Amino acid sequence: MVRTFMEGSKAVAEVIKLCRPNVIAAYPITPQTHISEELAQMVANGELKAEYVTVESEFAAASVVLGASATGARTYTATSSQGLLLMTEVLFSISGMRLPVVMTCANRAVSSPINIWNDQQDSISVRDAGWIQLYAEDIQEASDLQIQAFRIAEHPEVILPVMACMDGFILTHAYEPVDLIEQEEADAFLPPYQPQYYLTPKNPITFGAMLGPESYMESRCQLDRALRGSAKIIEEVAQEFKKRFGRFQGALIDTYFIEDAEIVLVAMGSVISTIKEAIDLLRAEGTKVGLLKVRCFRPFPREAINRALVGAKEVLVLDRAFSPSSGGVLTTEVRAAFQGMERAPEIKGHIVGLGGREMNIETILNIVKDRRAVGREDRFVDLKEALLS
Amino acid sequence: MEKHLFLAGHTACYGCGEALGARLVVDAAGPNIITTDATGCLEVFSSRWPQSAWAVPFIHSLFENSAAVASGIEVALRAMGRQEEAKVIAQGGDGGTADIGLQCLSGMLERGHDVLYVCYDNEAYMNTGVQRSGLTPYDSDTRTSPFGRASWGNRYRKKDMPAIAAAHGAPYIATASVAYPKDLQAKVKKALNIVGPKYLQVHVPCPLGWKSDPALTIKVAKLAVETGLYPIFEMENGVVTKVRKISSPKPVTEYLKLQGRFAHLFKKSGGEEEIKKIQQIADENIRKYGLLSETAAAKVSAEKE
Ligand SMILES: Cc1ncc(C[n+]2csc(CCOP(=O)(O)OP(=O)(O)O)c2C)c(N)n1
Ligand code: SF4
Ligand SMILES: [Mg+2]
Repeated sequence: MVRTFMEGSKAVAEVIKLCRPNVIAAYPITPQTHISEELAQMVANGELKAEYVTVESEFAAASVVLGASATGARTYTATSSQGLLLMTEVLFSISGMRLPVVMTCANRAVSSPINIWNDQQDSISVRDAGWIQLYAEDIQEASDLQIQAFRIAEHPEVILPVMACMDGFILTHAYEPVDLIEQEEADAFLPPYQPQYYLTPKNPITFGAMLGPESYMESRCQLDRALRGSAKIIEEVAQEFKKRFGRFQGALIDTYFIEDAEIVLVAMGSVISTIKEAIDLLRAEGTKVGLLKVRCFRPFPREAINRALVGAKEVLVLDRAFSPSSGGVLTTEVRAAFQGMERAPEIKGHIVGLGGREMNIETILNIVKDRRAVGREDRFVDLKEALLS
Repeated sequence: MEKHLFLAGHTACYGCGEALGARLVVDAAGPNIITTDATGCLEVFSSRWPQSAWAVPFIHSLFENSAAVASGIEVALRAMGRQEEAKVIAQGGDGGTADIGLQCLSGMLERGHDVLYVCYDNEAYMNTGVQRSGLTPYDSDTRTSPFGRASWGNRYRKKDMPAIAAAHGAPYIATASVAYPKDLQAKVKKALNIVGPKYLQVHVPCPLGWKSDPALTIKVAKLAVETGLYPIFEMENGVVTKVRKISSPKPVTEYLKLQGRFAHLFKKSGGEEEIKKIQQIADENIRKYGLLSETAAAKVSAEKE
């Protein structure tokens, strides 16, 4: 293990290198670009023996890794925002064919208006694509997620694509000390990919067949079951990672001061670190506040969330993405998790930090302070009324 | 019975040129290939679960990414040291190739992937019920370029896909027709022995979309070539190296009159003018590609004098 001070994108690229992907295809888009540039340089330097395909679009990037993965290769791509949406059709095709592609999504707002800064509208908008979605809280976790992502994706009981999400700029462009594992450690944790089915003349099979009304639904149901079943493996992989490398930042969820908490904040991504600091301040004042970090958004960890929030009176969800006219997506799903339960906390939704709008400790403290003002409708936090008139 | 790699039992219409084309292509290529296909008739009639007409490894993903999926397969084979295992053949219809899939094809050609791309050109979007594509010929009556009081059908001429492929520097480009199976199969074999991106466009009549007699598929395909409307040629490293000569060019009416998609040209007054324009297209092709055989050329010049 070596601790190095480095940029988030570089840390991610270093770990991807350790994962020995056979094929990488990516297309530049801020804030993902540094990751794919770093990998291109590693290949150019001969440090990483992979085919790096300079595709003409994200749509092609996703299609290239689809084809490569179906041929039995370990594949990687990375993107953000518009790039992810351009891939949408292919994302469904990849999961539908059960291909263990790994992608890093450097989360960014979605146009229009164009905005290159961070929120999570991109990955949340493709939540139904059938991919596992994991969200990192800091650079260390973002880099650790990458190798875990391959382990999970390629696990014989899973065989599904994984999207490792990290907040754009906040995690991709910031510098932090990062512990990087060594190549031998990585190889021991992540053995070569051994596909059960792949394109080869030795066993000529058909991928991507057409299914009619008599069987399509079962195929979709199998995808649903596989995604649900992956929760167990995500848990196991996080535990094994902890055992080997001593680091654990949650599996499906993580918690902070939740045991006796009356008020629990729920969030995903880099805002978690800010919330933890705010909680330290509030706890010092005697407020019983805790945190539930949703690390895994797909499969949606309904039971883990129920269990974690069972003692809370008030739950304040922070959303970095929303469904216009409906509300914060995480809020909606956390609420749904309590549907039909005898005891449910009061759940309030907060839409925060869209398009890079600053969120600091003050923002979190105010959310806790102003919580009574929030009703059934999710609240857009820190709106500038002057701009709305 | 002959052993085919594209098997019987698929659900194509009677007389489908595309089904025949696909069989000729994979049979010529042999078992050591991996094939991709775009969404379209071929994919639908060949791969409805739990059956598959493909006795070779086959993958279909989407309508517009056949070339990119093939690119991925090719690099994967290389990355894993398996490049000796299989040649890669990407397939698509004219719509999946020349319209919605053109960007992925451009990327594949430009990056120089060792892939043979085969476009089955039935000159419209057939799978969705006969709408025009960029390869639909002039005046063709389709559901989105219908003949009507104010319309003669498709207003545009066929996109010159071989030239577009050539502009990418692809080392081998060819056109072929199901009417000439030996030629088609020889081109597939030749292409697979050339390293780099190859583009092969195969004319495949669609009795349903062309409103032609399913029994006449080969005849119709042959007439497209014999009139000069579908020039058959090879381009190597940017220059035309070989063309299928025509000994005596047939008038385009012989081709057009066999197909309902052109029937309006014979019914409505003014149609003769339109047919003249189509004849001009054929004549241009004949000049451009030098399609006349020597005897035919001599005859033409004698007639002129
Ligand atoms: C993105 C997208 N747009 C539209 C369609 C609908 N669609 C499926 S096949 C097809 C036409 C196929 O035409 P072509 O490529 O010429 O193949 P053919 O069926 O004629 O063989 C269309 C429009 C689709 N599947 N995907
Ligand atoms: S519609 Fe045309 S291309 Fe499609 S199966 Fe029928 S004949 Fe073949
Ligand atoms: Mg077509």
